[in-house]
Amino acid sequence: MTEYVYLYRGYELPASPEEMQKKTAKWMTWLKDLSDKGHVKSLGEPLQPAGKVVKGTKKQVIDGPYAEAKDVVGGYSIIVARDIEQAVTLSLGCPIFEDGGSVEVRAIAQMELGDGN
Amino acid sequence: MEIEEHFFRHEFGRIVAALTRLFGVGNIALAEDVTQDAFCRAMETWKLRGLPKNPSAWLMTIAKNRAVDILRRERTARVSEPELKRFLESEWTLVPTVEEAFSANAVKDSQLRMMFSCCDPNLSEEAQIALILHILCGFSVKEIAQAFVCSHAAIEKRITRAKKILAGSTKLFDLTDADLPSRLSSVLQALYLLFNEGYHGSSPEAAVRADLCREAMLLMNLLIEQPALVTPRSYALAALMYLNAARLLTRLDGSGNLVSFFEQDRSLWDHKLIAEGQALLNLSASGTELTKYHIEAAIAATHTSAATCEDTDWQQIVSLYDMLMAIHPSPVIALNRAIAIAQLNGPERGLHEIGVIHDLDRLSSYPFYPATLGELEFRRGNNLAAKAHFSTALSLARNPMERNFLQRRIDICEES
Repeated sequence: MTEYVYLYRGYELPASPEEMQKKTAKWMTWLKDLSDKGHVKSLGEPLQPAGKVVKGTKKQVIDGPYAEAKDVVGGYSIIVARDIEQAVTLSLGCPIFEDGGSVEVRAIAQMELGDGN
Repeated sequence: MEIEEHFFRHEFGRIVAALTRLFGVGNIALAEDVTQDAFCRAMETWKLRGLPKNPSAWLMTIAKNRAVDILRRERTARVSEPELKRFLESEWTLVPTVEEAFSANAVKDSQLRMMFSCCDPNLSEEAQIALILHILCGFSVKEIAQAFVCSHAAIEKRITRAKKILAGSTKLFDLTDADLPSRLSSVLQALYLLFNEGYHGSSPEAAVRADLCREAMLLMNLLIEQPALVTPRSYALAALMYLNAARLLTRLDGSGNLVSFFEQDRSLWDHKLIAEGQALLNLSASGTELTKYHIEAAIAATHTSAATCEDTDWQQIVSLYDMLMAIHPSPVIALNRAIAIAQLNGPERGLHEIGVIHDLDRLSSYPFYPATLGELEFRRGNNLAAKAHFSTALSLARNPMERNFLQRRIDICEES
């Protein structure tokens, strides 16, 4: 089994409390199902949309990330799957797609020890 | 753990009311923004982490903290109520005052005052109802447009205008104000219309209709909990809502089709609601005031106390409709009175009564006017005339449920 990160990117927030509630319940159901099947290593955390970006040799601090709304990472979870195909399949039930968002599926890189040669 | 049904919607109304009290009614938009913000954070967190132990307290804490920040930063600009302003200006009292505004009783009080503010006499009844749904019940413009079968743009305009008028007042309506009795009348009328829109309304979506009835009842409950606001007419309106709500679900069959009153499955009526409605009706019987709410509740109680349609005391119902016509004449009430007379004295007498309704032309676009003619003609064996009336009604139907219902009546006329 391999660990994968789901990066949740950009989506429209629902307009009314009732819709928010429905959406929240959908996410909870989806993650609970994945979790019950043993695919969730960590539910992860939501991220605030705004923050700072520190970059360059001068360690310049700027407000950011200033990406397009659809590209802003809104949170992440860590998933356990057989391979990337299964990790992708498991993401298909994510409610984010109904709202124009995306899930980026990335394997957590395993650092191999060198054999000394 | 699951989120309680409509939890977000109801918390929204409570938090907006509490914040408006703190920021001043002129800053209602700010109160809505802060609330919206708290909800976004709740959603983002809860969808991944699950629900906290006390979701309501969690949301309130976010809102309270934000309120303290804002009040601290813009100490004088935000507040308009003098009795609070003093306490919000000093760091000694700022936090306790905000805490106090979010206590259970203060929140209820703010909701009530907001309800009375929404029923400003400068606003039309439609605008008052839209505002109540939007601010106190957390309905989006889209949800209100759906409930009233109105365009999004029309509702948006109505709410924007209404909010401007609301924000123009110096503070939320004061429940000790001398205008209280007349404002209470407007509030009851608005809740009555809100409930009726759900009960008889033209919206095609059954779920939306039940929602409107439920919201009207929750606000009504808030009102009759408050000793200063409990009048016999408040109890009468509450009784009317309970007795009708008990029958709400039997108005539709399993496939969502309208069921004629005479064919409703009475075993499915909600007997707990009926008992509560009856108790409220008894409470309404003090004093000398007799309102349309009293009479309509009494009519509903006559229906709910009959085990079968045949057992109904139609004589009593006709007398009640006579009283209703005397204090509140309208062609729709006259039509319902004629239906009761037909039950009592046969379809010919019913048709005669319909024929002499004053202002009959005001019913020309009301589908249940020709539908009633059709029903009575059908009962006296005049299927051809019945079918013609049902066809007229079909052409006036306002939603698929009404269309299906009338089409089935036409089919029955053709079969027999």
